[in-house]
Amino acid sequence: MFKGIQTFGKYLMLLGRVFSRPERLRVYFRQLIHEIESLGVNSSGIVILISLFIGAVITIQIKLNIQSPWMPPWVVGYTTREIMLLEFSSSIMCLILSGKVGSNIASEIGTMRVTQQIDALEIMGINSACYLILPKMVALMLFMPILVTFSIFFGIIGAYCTCWFVGIMTASDLETGLLHDFNAYFILSSYVKSIFFAFIISTVSAYYGYNVEGGSLDVGKASTNSVVSCSVLILFSDLILTKLLN
Amino acid sequence: MIEVRSLCKSFDNKEVLRGIDATFEDGKTNLIIGQSGSGKTVFMKCIVGLFEPTSGELLYDNRNFLIMDKKEKIGLRREMGMIFQSAALFDSMTVLENVMFPLNMFSNDTFIEREARAKFCLDRVNLSEAYSKYPGEISGGMQKRVAIARAISLNPKYLFCDEPNSGLDPKTSLVIDELIQDITHEYCMTTIVNTHDMNSVMGIGEKIIFLCEGLKEWEGNSAKVMSAESKKLNDFIFASDLFKKVKEVEQEEIRVRDALL
Repeated sequence: MFKGIQTFGKYLMLLGRVFSRPERLRVYFRQLIHEIESLGVNSSGIVILISLFIGAVITIQIKLNIQSPWMPPWVVGYTTREIMLLEFSSSIMCLILSGKVGSNIASEIGTMRVTQQIDALEIMGINSACYLILPKMVALMLFMPILVTFSIFFGIIGAYCTCWFVGIMTASDLETGLLHDFNAYFILSSYVKSIFFAFIISTVSAYYGYNVEGGSLDVGKASTNSVVSCSVLILFSDLILTKLLN
Repeated sequence: MIEVRSLCKSFDNKEVLRGIDATFEDGKTNLIIGQSGSGKTVFMKCIVGLFEPTSGELLYDNRNFLIMDKKEKIGLRREMGMIFQSAALFDSMTVLENVMFPLNMFSNDTFIEREARAKFCLDRVNLSEAYSKYPGEISGGMQKRVAIARAISLNPKYLFCDEPNSGLDPKTSLVIDELIQDITHEYCMTTIVNTHDMNSVMGIGEKIIFLCEGLKEWEGNSAKVMSAESKKLNDFIFASDLFKKVKEVEQEEIRVRDALL
């Protein structure tokens, strides 16, 4: 318990250093562009691939297990849309990204710590926490809604694929379900959730990386710990955010 | 000039530095020597501000570093350059970008001027052929030279080198040592080198401080180090067979000279 409070205190202190005035905005802006490419654009492929398959699998599962003569044919499309929009594209996708992006951030910053690159920044008079973490955090928070949009779009494409290539139902039945009782607020709520999760992924994994002590083995441990902590925090905050946003 | 007064540092009630007094002079290569675990690195990290000393005073040209506010400390740090044991170059940047980095952060010069300054520093350390290479593509000696170029890019008043020769062959070590000494004289910097390499001690030790178990055991220069009377220092220096032989030859020469007289 005491260790948990201590860790949270250290995390808040790190955030205090992150949210300080950057030394040279021009350099930070260049770093931000680099991080958008590294953390955001480079994650698009995995997001598209997973969403495409999950969209297709959800459609098949619902069609085979839930659809009955008592239910209208648009139920499959409707349920697929709601699952993708409400939970998969925001929460589950961020949970997956905490593995890819979170471990990447923790290991990158951790390696910089053990190879004294962070000390070198400090000696130069640079706020290393702000220089290393702020661009990553802003980049991920800016790009996460775009990834959520990709996920929703390709999830629906995946659902259509089951109609076009597997032929389990007609595309028009799916379309009727997808358009049925559509509430645009759900998209907004997904974006809000994803931005919050992006903040958790970037700062928590950066915290673990920044506080590495030791060698390469400890970098690996920090990377694993960051993924575990991010996953737990995402699931916990998802519970709270879902209640608050609905 | 850097003055250290009664500097102490403890970790979890374990005293690592026990009241060290030292003065590091301008335009000289000041060496801190000692066995592994003697507190050299902790001492240097305290001097540059990476560790907060438990007690003591640290004066940079009469400015007390330990009572400075955050802004003043950052200002002072911009007058420092440091070469780390592992070179600590940024992996994601080319050699030229590494040297330009401090300039990008703190200089108001145009890009062309910053690039010209970075190239000048790299040429100064004979690395004009490696501008576009990444740290992973160059040798350890070259990495150290890039680190020197990066450290001097902002014309620092104080240069710190933490075991600059570790992992290098004797010939490359000599090149690095000469470079550090030349740059120190050229820019009249206060240079502190942390080392346990006896070749460096004999080559560039204009002022030497020997640490042992967190205490300053001896102070002098390379001319006096071989004839010092400190037992702990002699144990450290003559642990190497080469220096034992040198000592024996010297003593033999003295004996022959005395006999002839």
